[in-house]
Amino acid sequence: MTKKLLLGLALMLVLIIPTTSLSAIAEFTTSLNAAGATFPFPLIDKWRVEYNKIHSDVQLNYQSIGSGAGIKLHTTKVVDFAGSDAPLQPGEASQAPGTLHIPETIGAVTVTYNIPGVDKGLKLTGPIIANIFSGKIAKWNDKMITDINPTLTLPDQQIAVAHRSDGSGTTFVFTSYLSKVSLDWQTSIGQGKSVPWPVGIGAQGNAGVAGVIKNTPYSIGYVELAYVMQNNMTSAFIQNADGNNFVEPTLATIAADAAVAAGNLPSADGDWSKVSIVNEPGKDSYPIASFTYLLVYKDLGQVSGMTQEKAKAVVDFLNWVIHDGQQYSTSLLYVPLPDAVVKLDEQGLSQIQYNGAPVPEFGQIAAIVLAIAIISIIAVSAKTGLRFMPKY
Amino acid sequence: MRRQLGPKKNSAVADKVFKIGATVAATFVLVIIVLVVFELATGSVPIWQKEGASFITGSTWNSVEGRESYGAAPYILGTFVTAGLAMLIGVPISIGIAMFLSELAPKFVRTPLSFVIELLAAVPSVIYGLWGLFVFREYLRDWIEMPLYNAFGNNVWIFSGNPFGLDIFTASMVLAIMIIPTISAISREIMLAVPNSQKEAAYMLGATKWEVFKLAVIPYSKSGLIGASILGLGRAVGETMAVTMLIGNATGPSAFPHSLFQPGQTMSSIIANEFSEASTTGLHLPALVGIGLILFVVAVGINIIAHLLVARVLKAHEGAVLA
Repeated sequence: MTKKLLLGLALMLVLIIPTTSLSAIAEFTTSLNAAGATFPFPLIDKWRVEYNKIHSDVQLNYQSIGSGAGIKLHTTKVVDFAGSDAPLQPGEASQAPGTLHIPETIGAVTVTYNIPGVDKGLKLTGPIIANIFSGKIAKWNDKMITDINPTLTLPDQQIAVAHRSDGSGTTFVFTSYLSKVSLDWQTSIGQGKSVPWPVGIGAQGNAGVAGVIKNTPYSIGYVELAYVMQNNMTSAFIQNADGNNFVEPTLATIAADAAVAAGNLPSADGDWSKVSIVNEPGKDSYPIASFTYLLVYKDLGQVSGMTQEKAKAVVDFLNWVIHDGQQYSTSLLYVPLPDAVVKLDEQGLSQIQYNGAPVPEFGQIAAIVLAIAIISIIAVSAKTGLRFMPKY
Repeated sequence: MRRQLGPKKNSAVADKVFKIGATVAATFVLVIIVLVVFELATGSVPIWQKEGASFITGSTWNSVEGRESYGAAPYILGTFVTAGLAMLIGVPISIGIAMFLSELAPKFVRTPLSFVIELLAAVPSVIYGLWGLFVFREYLRDWIEMPLYNAFGNNVWIFSGNPFGLDIFTASMVLAIMIIPTISAISREIMLAVPNSQKEAAYMLGATKWEVFKLAVIPYSKSGLIGASILGLGRAVGETMAVTMLIGNATGPSAFPHSLFQPGQTMSSIIANEFSEASTTGLHLPALVGIGLILFVVAVGINIIAHLLVARVLKAHEGAVLA
């Protein structure tokens, strides 16, 4: 009997120690919980490491589960802030009133291709891209393409179109560009995180699309800039809003596009649903670029588990992100925020308040309940002589 | 102390606890099924209200805000076509493997091969998916799809399209490979369970190996083999990861399976693709939950049919024995 009691106690300790020690750690460090877009995750993860070096008491936990899921968690107020590649749409904004949009970095979508015999330098215009992705241009030697690429010999081959199969911010940016440059696209397909593609193969994630293009001759698709650069893929030069210039996607040309757009943005607590920085004017602007946002409540008191201290930690972290954090962008192939956007973010962050009463930590209550449950199970089993082993 | 016999009243309590525990465990299954149905039904109410029956028969799939319209027909068909093709390829091979392992194989081959097959059944589907995506599809495309397309592409509709290797054919082939271990492992067990007296009787009458199978083994194990195949079908219908990676993920009318060499979509793959980014405000999420409900109904339907089939075969078999 004593052996069994000891076994029970040991079992109880094994179960209890992690829970209690977790809440003990929680008293010394502040953990910020965030979730959302996968696109900025490498950068956010870098921020987590760098910020922890200078503020060892703050531990960021960002789960890259996708923009849509991030918005869901933001709406139900269970994360301290969320990441999203697309701004809140009117319907979503009405479910999460008092949300601030904090653009935290800039990304770009490239049109990448695999044509044997054609290396770098394919030029495309917005309407041509729209026609390819809607199936109206089916062959690489279509007159529309050869007319603006007189120096290239394009093959008489079917174009294999690849697109994202999962809902994604990348698709949102790409289709909002196509909607802007092609009326035909706007009326027949439109913009969204997943749209009714008339042709093509769907692949999962940037890596999936990149993989399909690499392994499929005569294919075309759209991929985030970082994937193209890391995988040495070729991307098309795209005609920008100025009309006579075909621009290669680089960090500099994307920054040029964003800088032009920064002038006419709403304030952080305004309506961002119509914000798009695609196809901005300027000689060097690469046209398919986008902000990615951190969503945070103006009144942090309504977020579950929030305390005065934690609210301060959230604001401090976000302030660090838009200033010192930006220096890590370039090496990870993200574009640093233009000064005008940083100013806008500063104004937004200065509005954050904390009015709610402190909320008791769930971790401790759960631990106590668990302890009582386990002790009573052991007590009952000891009392009634329940045995794991058969009696002899 | 341990060897001391416990007092009577303690064992009565233990008996009670055992009874309650077992009952609770059994109830658990029912509760889960009821909760699943409840969640799927309530979660998909908005889509049934808006689309009605055309959610099942329609083929448009548009989640763009303001233009929302959903129809699940291409995905329902896609599920049946891929699972059906996989069964068509997988079941004969599996039964062949089971026959070989249970009767024909020499002893020193039998054990290692059975072990390998059971090992294959335990490989996670994402591994099959990755292997299909990076290795298998290129061989399929170059050696099977392109020749067939070049020969018949313009005349025979099932070989038309544009073979990239990411299509209904590739997905079905990999599905077939995935269900083979499941079906063959169970079929082998079932064939081994055929009483020796049956086989010996057949041999005694001068039957060849094939005739033994035909006269003794197959009739005796028919219901079990059907059950094993249905288990494989269950896996093929519900398989998500590998299919999503290989089927090409078309949406809307272009996802209708009108040729082998074209991208398609199944019910489970569209849920996997779009669930995480589905809008919380529109009808996108209810539509995906609605597809989940249809998938659930299909799975239940398959199981019911399986039970009926097995029951019928059993009955016929009994009749045969009596006659």
